[in-house]
Amino acid sequence: MSDPSRPGGQRRRAHTSTRDLQRYAGLFAARTKVMRSSAMRDLMAITAHPEVITLAGGLPDTSTFPPQSFAAQMTRIAQESAAEALQYGPTEGFDATRDCVLEVMAAEGMRPDPEDVIVTTGGQQGIDLVTKALVDPGDVVICEAPTYPGAIPTFCSYEAEIVQIECDADGMRVDLLEELLARLAREGRRPKFIYTVPTFQNPAGVTLSLERRRRLVELARENELLLVEDSPYGLLRYGGEPLPPLYQLDGGDFVIYIGTFSKILSPGIRLGWTVAPPPVMEKIVIGKQASDLCTSTLTQHFVREYFAEGRWRQYIDDVVEIYRGRREAMLAALREHFPAEASWTEPDGGLFIWATLPEYIDTTDLLAKALRADVAFVPGRAAYVDGRGANSMRLNFSGVQEEEIREGVRRIGEVIAEQVELYGALTGRPPATGRRAASERAESGEQRKENVLPFRKTGEAGG
Amino acid sequence: MRVAVLKGGRSPERLVSLRSGARVEDALEALGHEVVPIDAGTDLVRRLREERPDVAFVAMHGIGGEDGTAQELLDLLGIPFTGPGVAACARCMDKATAKFTMQEVGIPTPDWFSFNQTAFRELGAADALDRLESRLGFPLVVKPSRGGSSLGVRFARGAEEVPGALISAFSYDDRVLMERFVDGRELAVSVLGGEPLPVVEVIPVAGDRYDFEARYEIGRTRFECPADLSEAELRAVTDAALATWRALGCTGFARVDLILDERGPWVLEANAIPGLTDTSLLPQAAEAAGLGFEELVGRILDLALRPAAA
Repeated sequence: MSDPSRPGGQRRRAHTSTRDLQRYAGLFAARTKVMRSSAMRDLMAITAHPEVITLAGGLPDTSTFPPQSFAAQMTRIAQESAAEALQYGPTEGFDATRDCVLEVMAAEGMRPDPEDVIVTTGGQQGIDLVTKALVDPGDVVICEAPTYPGAIPTFCSYEAEIVQIECDADGMRVDLLEELLARLAREGRRPKFIYTVPTFQNPAGVTLSLERRRRLVELARENELLLVEDSPYGLLRYGGEPLPPLYQLDGGDFVIYIGTFSKILSPGIRLGWTVAPPPVMEKIVIGKQASDLCTSTLTQHFVREYFAEGRWRQYIDDVVEIYRGRREAMLAALREHFPAEASWTEPDGGLFIWATLPEYIDTTDLLAKALRADVAFVPGRAAYVDGRGANSMRLNFSGVQEEEIREGVRRIGEVIAEQVELYGALTGRPPATGRRAASERAESGEQRKENVLPFRKTGEAGG
Repeated sequence: MRVAVLKGGRSPERLVSLRSGARVEDALEALGHEVVPIDAGTDLVRRLREERPDVAFVAMHGIGGEDGTAQELLDLLGIPFTGPGVAACARCMDKATAKFTMQEVGIPTPDWFSFNQTAFRELGAADALDRLESRLGFPLVVKPSRGGSSLGVRFARGAEEVPGALISAFSYDDRVLMERFVDGRELAVSVLGGEPLPVVEVIPVAGDRYDFEARYEIGRTRFECPADLSEAELRAVTDAALATWRALGCTGFARVDLILDERGPWVLEANAIPGLTDTSLLPQAAEAAGLGFEELVGRILDLALRPAAA
C-alpha cells in the first residue's frame, strides 16, 4: 500500500478551488511571473522510475563514502559536542569550518583572509546571497551560455536581466563579453556582476583558458565590476594541468568565490562557502541573517571531524579515480552510439558532458522518446533563458555505474538515430553518414567548427 | 465503498495525473469511501486483484490510462470504472480517429491530414507536403495524434518549420496530425452524464500566443466561466460538444475543446479523462454550475455504478 504521494496517510489541508487559486494569483509578487513550470519538469517526473537509467542528475556518488567513517564521526559529535552541535551558531560559520574551507582552497592555490569567508547552506545559497546583496530589479547579470540551470531561477527571483555570453571549448568568449560591456556602457548600463563556472563548467564541461582568465580578471578591474566564480568541481580533475582560479589571479578584490563541500564530500550536508571583499561580505552576512540565521551547526561539526581525520584528499583521489573511468566510459559510448551529426565536449574534470545534436532535433521532445526507452538526460533549454539550447543535452557521468552509462548512451543514440533518419525521409536529405565507428572518429581528428559549443579545437591535448 | 484510484503511470502526463489522483482521493475520503490509491505500474492487475475494489476511479491521463488500455483491463477484471468505456476512450485519445468520426456525422472540425511514420519513411509522403501545406495554409498546427496537454504540439509558420515540428510530434506518437489553424476563442465544454456544464473560455494573459506551455498556468492564462457568449453562440457551442460526446460514444464525463470564430464552433478534440487538478477546466465548470469538487467526484462515481443514471 505504499504511495509516495501520500506519506503516512496524512490528512492534507482542504483543496483549493480554481477561484481560490486565482485569488492567490492576485497576491503573487511580480517576480513569480518569471518562475515557470515546464514540459521538461513534467517529463522529469517519469525519471523516478527504477528502470530508468538517469544521466540527468548532477549527483556525486555518495555510495563511495564509507559508512563506518560517517558513523564514527557522528558518534564522536554526539559524545563530545552534542550541546554545541544542536545549538545555533555564528552567521559566518564556525572558525573550525572556515579552517576546513581554507584547507580546500589552499589545495587549489588560494589563500583568502579567513575574515572574508562565510559558511553557507550549500554553494547555492552563495549565489542567492550575492545576488540579494548586489542586484536591483532590472539590473544586468552576465553569465555563460549555457549556464548552470540552477542559477537562473535565483537571478530571476531578484528580477535581474540575464544576458548570456557564448562559450566555446575554452569557456566563455571573453571577446564577446568585451563587446557586450562596451554596448552596455553606451546604453549607460553597468552590469552588477559576471557569474561564471570557469572550471569544468556545468553544464558544458568546458574550462576557461588561462589567457581568458587573465583577460576576464583585467576586465573586471578596468570596469570595476565583480566576477562571481562558482567553483564546485575544481578538485575533480581527470586530466590536464590545473589552472589558477580567478580568485587567485585577482587576489580577491573583484572576485567573489563560491565553493562547496557538495562534490568533494556530500551534497546532503548542505555546506558551502563564499569569499568576498569585506564591504560585500558585510551585506552578505546581513542577507544570510535574514535568510536562515546560520548554516547547520550539526553538519559543520561533521565537516570538522571529517577534516580532522585527515583523509579528505584521499577520498577525493578515490572518487576522481571512479569518475575518470565513468567519463571514459561515456566518451567511448558517445563515439560508438551517437550519430556523426552529433558533437560533444570532452571535459577534463567535473561531472558533465554537453552534447549537441542537429538543430532539427528538440531535446525536450527527444526526452519524451528517450523515456520510453528508459533513459533520461537534461534537455539543453534549461541552461538558457532565451529558448536556445533546444538541440543540446547535458549528460551526467558521475552518478551512474559504467555499465549503465554505456547502456544509457546506447539507448539515447538509438532514439536520436531514429530522428535523424526521419529527418532524412522528411526532407529528402538522408544523412550522409550513419553512426560511425569509435576508432574512425578518434583517429580522424576532423576539423570542427570553432567558437560554438561543444566543439573542441583540433589538436588540443585530450583529457 | 472501496474505491481504487488509478493514477500516475508512465505517460508524460504522469505529474498531472498524480495531482488529479491525490485530489480525487481526498474528495472520496471526505465522502466516506475507503480509498485505495494505485500508482499504475507493472503490478496494476495484481494490485487490483488483491485489493478487490468495488469500483475504480480512473485519474490517469494520456496513453495507458486514457486510451482504453486500463479500461480494458478493468472490464476484464469485472471492476466498474469511472469515465468513458474502452471504445470511447480509444476514439477520444486518437485525435485522427476522433476527427474522422466527427467528420462522418457532420461536426465541424478544422481541416487536417494525418500520417504515421511509415508514410514518411517508406512511402515518400514528404513529397506531398507542399500540396498539404497549400491546402491547410500557414501557420499550421502539428500535433501527435495521441497525446495530452501541450506536449509535442508545434506551430509551423512556414514550410521550413514543418520537418522540425513533425519530428517533435513524432517523439510522442507514431501518428501525427497536421491541422489548419483556426484563429478564434478557445472554449472547453465539460459534459457530465450527458449534460453540458457551463462553458470555460481560456484566455492567454500575455506573451506568445503560440506558447502552449503557458496555457494551463495560473497567472499566465485566465479562465472565464461561464464564458461570455451570446445565446446563439452558446447553443452552437453546446450542440457541437454534445454531438461530439454522442458521436464518440462517451459516458460518465468528458471535456470537448473547441475554437469559436465568426463561422461558428470548430471541435478540436474530446478528452475522455480531463484533468481534475486545482487548475483544470472540468472542476471549474462544475463549480460554476454550483457543483463543488466533492459533489463532482460523487456524481462521477454514481455514473460509473449506475450508468442508467446518465
